[in-house]
Amino acid sequence: MADNSERMSRREFLAGKVRLAGALAVCGGVALLRPRGAIAGTVWQIDPNKCTQCGKCATECVLGPSAVKCVHVHAMCGHCELCFGFFEAQPNALTTAAENQRCPTGAIKRRFIEDPYFEYVIDEPLCIGCGKCVEGCGTFGNGSLQLQVRHDRCENCNQCAIADACPSDAFVRVPATRPYLLKSAEGEQ
Amino acid sequence: MRRSLGPALALLALPAAALGEERFPPPEFSTGYQMPAPTTPPPRAGTLAVLDVVLLAVALSLAAYLVLKRRSRNGVFALMLFSLAYFGFYRNGCVCPIGAIQNVVVAATDRSYALPAVVAAFFALPLLFALFFGRVFCAAVCPMGAVQDVVLARPARIPPWLEHALGLLPYLYLGAAVLFAATGSAFVICNYDPFVSFFRMSGTVKLLSLGAAFLLLSMFVGRPYCRFVCPYGVLLRWVAPWARWPVTITPDTCTQCRLCEESCPFGAIRVPTPEPDPALRHEGRGRLAVLLLLLPVLVAAGGWLGAHGSGRLARAHARVQLADRVWIEEQGKVRGTTDASEAFRKHGHPTEELYREAAELRFRFRDAGRLFGAWVGLVFGLKLILLSIRRRRDNYEADRAACLACARCYRSCPQEHARLGLVIDETEVPDAVDQR
Ligand code: SF4
Ligand code: SF4
Ligand code: SF4
Ligand code: SF4
Repeated sequence: MADNSERMSRREFLAGKVRLAGALAVCGGVALLRPRGAIAGTVWQIDPNKCTQCGKCATECVLGPSAVKCVHVHAMCGHCELCFGFFEAQPNALTTAAENQRCPTGAIKRRFIEDPYFEYVIDEPLCIGCGKCVEGCGTFGNGSLQLQVRHDRCENCNQCAIADACPSDAFVRVPATRPYLLKSAEGEQ
Repeated sequence: MRRSLGPALALLALPAAALGEERFPPPEFSTGYQMPAPTTPPPRAGTLAVLDVVLLAVALSLAAYLVLKRRSRNGVFALMLFSLAYFGFYRNGCVCPIGAIQNVVVAATDRSYALPAVVAAFFALPLLFALFFGRVFCAAVCPMGAVQDVVLARPARIPPWLEHALGLLPYLYLGAAVLFAATGSAFVICNYDPFVSFFRMSGTVKLLSLGAAFLLLSMFVGRPYCRFVCPYGVLLRWVAPWARWPVTITPDTCTQCRLCEESCPFGAIRVPTPEPDPALRHEGRGRLAVLLLLLPVLVAAGGWLGAHGSGRLARAHARVQLADRVWIEEQGKVRGTTDASEAFRKHGHPTEELYREAAELRFRFRDAGRLFGAWVGLVFGLKLILLSIRRRRDNYEADRAACLACARCYRSCPQEHARLGLVIDETEVPDAVDQR
């Protein structure tokens, strides 16, 4: 019994030292890595300059429908009657009939402003983030339609599933205090 | 209508040199039309992230109190349900300490990545608590542990050899997670998290079926992810044995009644060791000496294999994959393009730059692969050594490293019944002990 308790106290003595070392290692290690940045750290965002509208944003997000949506920077928009984001490449007519639209869900709302200008607004709950309109606008138009991770929806996964699948390396971690990367008329916002 | 189509189509014919430039200047409106500004809904506020950390700390303290002081399985169970609801279903299981390993690794290897303070706290707090109280995080705070625990219906006994063999997997998984995080390839822990899709109630079919399989398995095998997969469990295993206040099955002294022997669904209870036979002891020493000599051999062999297999490992990195693809496309060995190579060409970056980047990455993978191989060798070698060392044990004890502090075994101990004032005659212990 005496031998036993001696063994125990020796063990406890050693354990105390190891505990101290362990606590120092954990705290010191983490402190060395200098946790910093915004309190909430970083969030995921798409760099519109890199995105190639491959369609993966619509299919790879852990959410269904995706947290990526099309965002319209109206200040860049030409307000064209023939919007290349809104209409199919060869529209039968410039009407809002579904077969003329690029958007598979009809999420872009077209409204007449004044001759010959139209306003295009994204109906976000309908948008699935497929980027078809973004492609049209970027290839033939002003590039005012852009895909962005919408942070009211995004779960901010530790590893964004779309970032993993994105062929263009367009997903980046940005500070949570500046969570959008929109191209704007004056340059990057 | 058609009138305006003409000029627009004419513009199309122009070389689209200025991609994204204003081909159609934004108009001046005469009707006083106001353009809507794009909305930018903010992410979840930082203060809420701080709340998560506070809740984590409170839950850990409460878990320690319930497991060690109150010794209440019901209390632990209730706290576990809360954690499952909050950290699991409400916070969608993200971020968790298990995944945080990768952020810590990236922060250590990539200077441009700033480790968020919240992630650092999630990584460190459960380890610090384990240093003092054992794995109380696993007991009642980890949502992954909780989801397996609540569905546990009929735990099967796993034969010790299988338990030992499968118990090596978390070490390999940890090594792989560190390897891929350090090389900037992927966060494998997050990519193959079986329960997160379940917490979010959405996800790919692949992940959902993985989750379903794990849940089904969890009904008959106590916490399979915790015991045979979880890489954070490895870290907890390292620190928990030094806990100041570890789980003790009995609140008093062990009377060797053996009643607790079968009560742990996770195979964490160790039985007293018999007095060793001197002859066997001698033999054991010899074997230990051989194994100790074998250890460096295993480490070196692992390192060599790892360095040689690193080419294949490197293909896990998207840039290396892309470089390979672009190269065979340039050589005319394949027709067509992939999404990635197409995107690469659209941007018009020089291929040499890509090749150089890939070569650098392969170089890094060689080092990382060597370390990974050495790690695997070390794990196997140390396991063999630990298997051949017998630790003297006089009583029935919870294995401090393996014990998940679930508090199930307490109720099987007659001393505990006495403490709770449940039995008058200590020899009459109800054998239908509460397994919850
Ligand atoms: S996955 Fe990448 S390239 Fe594809 S649409 Fe999304 S951001 Fe763009
Ligand atoms: S972080 Fe998660 S929720 Fe957000 S866009 Fe990526 S996959 Fe979707
Ligand atoms: S072993 Fe891992 S998954 Fe299981 S409860 Fe502990 S930290 Fe969570
Ligand atoms: S508290 Fe008891 S039953 Fe629970 S894991 Fe530890 S040894 Fe097993």
